[in-house]
Amino acid sequence: MTTNVDAIVIGGGIHGCSTTLHLCLAGLKPVLIEKDYAGRHASGVNAGGVRQLARHIPEIPLSIRSMGIWEKINDLLDDDCSFESHGQVLVAENEEELAVCRARVAELNALGFTHEELIDASELRRLVPAVAETCPGGVVSRRDGAANPAQTTTAFRRKAEQLGATVREGVAAGNIRYSDGLWHVDVGSDSYAAPVLVNAAGAWAGKIAAALGEPVPVETVAPMLMITSRVPHFIDPVVILRGRKLSFKQFKNGTVLIGGGHLATSYQDRNETVLDWKSLAISARTVFELFPVMRGATIVRAWAGIEAKMKDDIPVFGPSSRHKGLYHQFGFSLHGFQLGPGAGAVMAELIVNGGTQTRISDLGIERFHRSAAR
Amino acid sequence: MSVAPKREDYDVVVIGAGPAGLAAAATSAEAGLSTLLLDENAGPGGQVFRAISSTPVTDRSQLGADYWVGAELVQSLRASTAEVIHRATVWSLDRNLDIAVSIGGASAFVKAKRVILATGALERPFAIPGWTLPGVMTAGAAQTMLKSSGLVPDGRTAIAGQGPLLWLLAAQILRLGGRIDRILDTTERGNYLAALPHAFAFLTSPYFTKGLSMMREVKAKVEVVSGVTELAAAGEGQLAGVSYVAGGKRETIAVDLLLLHQGVVPNVNLAMSAGIEHRWDDLQLCWSPVLDANGSSSVAGIAIAGDGAGIGGANAAVVRGRIAARAAVEALAPAAAAKLPALATLRRDLAKAERGRVFLDTLFRPAPQFRIPSGDTIVCRCEEVTANDVLESVAIGATGPNQLKAYRRTGMGPCQGRLCGLTVTELMAQARGKTPQEIGYYRLRAPVKPITLAELAAVPKTEEDVKAVVRG
Amino acid sequence: MFRRSEQDKRPPVQIFVDGVVVAAREGDTVSAALLASGQDARRSTAVSGAPRLPYCMMGVCFDCLVTIDGVGNRQGCLVPVAEGMQIEIQKGKREIGR
Ligand SMILES: Cc1cc2nc3c(=O)[nH]c(=O)nc-3n(C[C@H](O)[C@@H](O)[C@H](O)COP(=O)(O)OP(=O)(O)OC[C@H]3O[C@@H](n4cnc5c(N)ncnc54)[C@H](O)[C@@H]3O)c2cc1C
Ligand SMILES: Cc1cc2nc3c(=O)[nH]c(=O)nc-3n(C[C@H](O)[C@H](O)[C@H](O)COP(=O)(O)OP(=O)(O)OC[C@H]3O[C@@H](n4cnc5c(N)ncnc54)[C@H](O)[C@@H]3O)c2cc1C
Ligand code: FES
Repeated sequence: MTTNVDAIVIGGGIHGCSTTLHLCLAGLKPVLIEKDYAGRHASGVNAGGVRQLARHIPEIPLSIRSMGIWEKINDLLDDDCSFESHGQVLVAENEEELAVCRARVAELNALGFTHEELIDASELRRLVPAVAETCPGGVVSRRDGAANPAQTTTAFRRKAEQLGATVREGVAAGNIRYSDGLWHVDVGSDSYAAPVLVNAAGAWAGKIAAALGEPVPVETVAPMLMITSRVPHFIDPVVILRGRKLSFKQFKNGTVLIGGGHLATSYQDRNETVLDWKSLAISARTVFELFPVMRGATIVRAWAGIEAKMKDDIPVFGPSSRHKGLYHQFGFSLHGFQLGPGAGAVMAELIVNGGTQTRISDLGIERFHRSAAR
Repeated sequence: MSVAPKREDYDVVVIGAGPAGLAAAATSAEAGLSTLLLDENAGPGGQVFRAISSTPVTDRSQLGADYWVGAELVQSLRASTAEVIHRATVWSLDRNLDIAVSIGGASAFVKAKRVILATGALERPFAIPGWTLPGVMTAGAAQTMLKSSGLVPDGRTAIAGQGPLLWLLAAQILRLGGRIDRILDTTERGNYLAALPHAFAFLTSPYFTKGLSMMREVKAKVEVVSGVTELAAAGEGQLAGVSYVAGGKRETIAVDLLLLHQGVVPNVNLAMSAGIEHRWDDLQLCWSPVLDANGSSSVAGIAIAGDGAGIGGANAAVVRGRIAARAAVEALAPAAAAKLPALATLRRDLAKAERGRVFLDTLFRPAPQFRIPSGDTIVCRCEEVTANDVLESVAIGATGPNQLKAYRRTGMGPCQGRLCGLTVTELMAQARGKTPQEIGYYRLRAPVKPITLAELAAVPKTEEDVKAVVRG
Repeated sequence: MFRRSEQDKRPPVQIFVDGVVVAAREGDTVSAALLASGQDARRSTAVSGAPRLPYCMMGVCFDCLVTIDGVGNRQGCLVPVAEGMQIEIQKGKREIGR
């Protein structure tokens, strides 16, 4: 049986869920198709970092748009998503790194962005008292923070459903095709047809794009995280390092999340990842050196999430350059959680209004096909 | 005192030194394979033969003949060339057969061609009101203290639950002069009837006469209340009493110690974290790994033996250990396999050891109200989440144990679901009208036992670090 | 709650629990020694502060967490006592960095 809807969204990560929700808010009746369950992959297991800090310049406008939504997330979702805003701090471990920070902030200021602020050693110590004495300063983005990723993604899905979206979990969208002006997608023995198709399939989206004639340089990666048992409160902001792979965050309940981009091996077809403890040990070593207070903490769990990483580390976001009614929203390259709320809002604007005030012009899929197609 | 593994690679690494692991390691080493046996405890024996080489309970009749057979297993292991490390906690195993083990506060990595998981069983969660109070323990906990330290209850003590182990423990406590005021038997009356068709196999199994005489021994000395349908522990910060309903009548008794037991279930954490497929066992009401006749799992190179493969008891554990080891020998050194007992013989031994199991499983199948708590009874001890909390999350959209993490921290504490996983699965299954198989289980991850950050940080890993270690 | 069997001939080992001497026996785990001592060994949980004592004695429940010789969150039921060992009963979230 074929059901006609206004839009088909493939992928129940934060991006698919947010776009679905915003389409509902615009009065459309979308269907969201998720092969496992909403939040099963990157969006439910990431570090929850809500950061504008240290972003690539082309995605900063989208990130700023998103930040505005994060700050009122409860109004949108009736769920606070455990969002807390204590800022994010990038720590420079030596003078050379601080010089890079200085240049970066100057560059942003010249472009009119003011969310990143250079800080000296004493401000760094005030924000992050536990940091090693030798660090000379860094950068802070004060509105940044963190949220609970599974709670957030689930909240987006739930709200979308309440506003009339159909949510299909547990079966993959297959047999994607375009005929008679409509996109058709099979979900088990059911089919959906709509004028609009959104490819928000995370690490699986590259294959969908390629099958539709728009291959992009994307790879699947599986960044790892580990979390400690509850320890007494000692740090508020999220901390990332300039020079080494480390991000660091203590939750309200006392647990400390340690991440930073070391990779597991992913077996995407099996939804499985195999952790690489030797590189997790490097993260542990970094924390050991930088935060002596953490040395006795215990690590209770580690995991990895499957994520799409673009060659240029910038997402693919916007209309297809080949097909009418097709939109891409993937390739968030390890930093797409914060972008989720804003990206959904902007995507809905693109679909409903055909345009948006938010500057996204450098994110389109055509950046990979310029020479070939035109 | 603590020793790191001598090599980085082994033919066979056996994890767990209970009956299954002891037998497996001895078999594999005898056949000439380089064999490493790792176990978390201070000495060999696992649960059933706990403290077999060190127990202060020297009067042999008190722990019983079935206990002392463990000494022979230990002896044949010691006579073999297997390398044995105790107080060695395996905290990671993956599908590449890479093993991370913590020994005396330092972690080492070893690689195996074959892994035999013999991590055994643990007691089924018994979530009743007040089960987190100080003074409430598992029967197995009391037995562990009895075997390894000669400790027996001496305050007012009640034992509640069901199953062969409960009676064994009661007998052992009494033999050592310990105190038991009352036994509250929760076996459902209907189970006797259900088990009847399987009784013949049981009558001809060794469990029968032993079990019966043990129950007689205990009943002669302790008041036993049967048909208990409700249980609750109470007290302010410390257990003060237990109340129960039997035959429709409620009674409360003052106790200092309440020992709970309703059977054992496979300890799945390491196996699941390695990606091994498990299925819900409708008879034993637990997750069991999917295995072939040799104990090989869905992950190439990893076999599971003993109660971790599905509850079969100590005798079956020994044979399963031999079978798994034999399969490893066949794969790695076929010529040596010829010298081992024939597979047919081992299979016959196994059938004999498993006889009567269905009867026991049916008779001692725990009642729903003791598996699926309600109200504000704590389900997750670590994160202090109640049955109501779980049900509320289901009502607003949580569909399974992993999705529950978006609402509650169930299973995210240090025990990693060992004490709440089965309860959460069954509770959610009941609330959603699904089978436990459909509901699923927590996605388990290493480290299966917490390690300190300092310990992980000390693992040498980059070229530079390795050099630093060499220079130092 | 528990007492020792008379046939227990293992040599004594002295440990300190929050500074107080406790007589243990060689081969006891820390948790067994605490339970045998008759002292109040209840820890309080990091989540609500509720009092707990060891529950499983086989390393699966983590209700026996103690600080041993300055290292916190150790499973007392898995660690054998040693002469002069310093045990601290944990109250709430363990202080880190000591
Ligand atoms: C508390 C308890 C008491 C029991 N008492 C008896 C009894 O008295 N009589 C009886 O017939 N049956 C008893 N049983 C039932 C028991 O399951 C036996 O059938 C038997 O011990 C099973 O043998 P096994 O070799 O499969 O595992 P076990 O004997 O359980 O041995 C497993 C071993 O693996 C080790 N281990 C587990 N995980 C790891 C890890 N990650 N790293 C390193 N080592 C690890 C454990 O420390 C343990 O020594 C008991 C069970 C329990 C839970
Ligand atoms: C460990 C880790 C830490 C991270 N930390 C941060 C952070 O701190 N801050 C930050 O901003 N970002 C972070 N990220 C990145 C962020 O999680 C991702 O960029 C973001 O979640 C991507 O969302 P998504 O919706 O595109 O993808 P996903 O969440 O992967 O969702 C895509 C979904 O599509 C489904 N799907 C695929 N194919 C089909 C099909 N054919 N039919 C139906 N469904 C299909 C998949 O099952 C999947 O659920 C982190 C990522 C990881 C892995
Ligand atoms: S008492 Fe359960 S882990 Fe130690």
